[in-house]
Amino acid sequence: MKSIMPFHRTCKEVTALVIAREDRALLWQDRLGLRLHMAICVTCPVFERQVLTMRNAMRQWRHYEDQ
Amino acid sequence: MTTAAHTSFEQQLIAQRDFLMRFSRLQLRNEAWAEDAVSETVLAALAKPLAFENRSQLKTWLIGILKHKVIDLLRLHGREVSHTTDDDDDSDPLEFISFKADGHYSQAPSDWGNPEQDLSSRQFLAVMDACTQKLPAAQGRLFLMREWLELSSEEICKELALTPTNLYVQLHRARLRLRECLELNWFGRTVTP
Repeated sequence: MKSIMPFHRTCKEVTALVIAREDRALLWQDRLGLRLHMAICVTCPVFERQVLTMRNAMRQWRHYEDQ
Repeated sequence: MTTAAHTSFEQQLIAQRDFLMRFSRLQLRNEAWAEDAVSETVLAALAKPLAFENRSQLKTWLIGILKHKVIDLLRLHGREVSHTTDDDDDSDPLEFISFKADGHYSQAPSDWGNPEQDLSSRQFLAVMDACTQKLPAAQGRLFLMREWLELSSEEICKELALTPTNLYVQLHRARLRLRECLELNWFGRTVTP
């Protein structure tokens, strides 16, 4: 399966990549696989938005001191 | 005149001690280290007192110094910092999300909506604090090195002599735990009873 569709990623794999992207650069194969998957999946973009919300939240939290 | 200004600077510093301890504890997870970092910060501040227009500027300046002191301590205790074994070290980091055998979600993640404004509210930040505090010690330290000290993954590996794989696994776990905690204590709470 993998060898026929080298850019195919499952939801589980995509979820792991979305988290990993917060801390490291992804391989181009994974970036491409991620984009292809996001275009056809309805669930993973919801998870991705959660991670982006967390990124935002961390920024607010980091600047809490300013209040 | 100068003496009066000097005294008040010391008092201002004392007033910020609890605030500094909060971050120091959260990052270092060790009471003695946390105290050391804060004492070093206060000493450094006393060595070159500056006049600030408001308390918020003073806080920002002190946090800037504290971050450097914290990094020094993390470096000093390198091995201990990242090699403490957390109790969930063997589990699959994706355990918090359930997937079917074919890699699809068994239950879709919930839509957190567009909570821009909520995120800066005092209540939300208190939840963030609590969730961060709940991370296992080693994971929590590494996560805060990324998010609070804003070090790159490369810098963290270098400071603590960690392999990238080890670091990524720990950060991965920390992020998923945090997500779970926020979902339970904040984003999930608006769900109809």
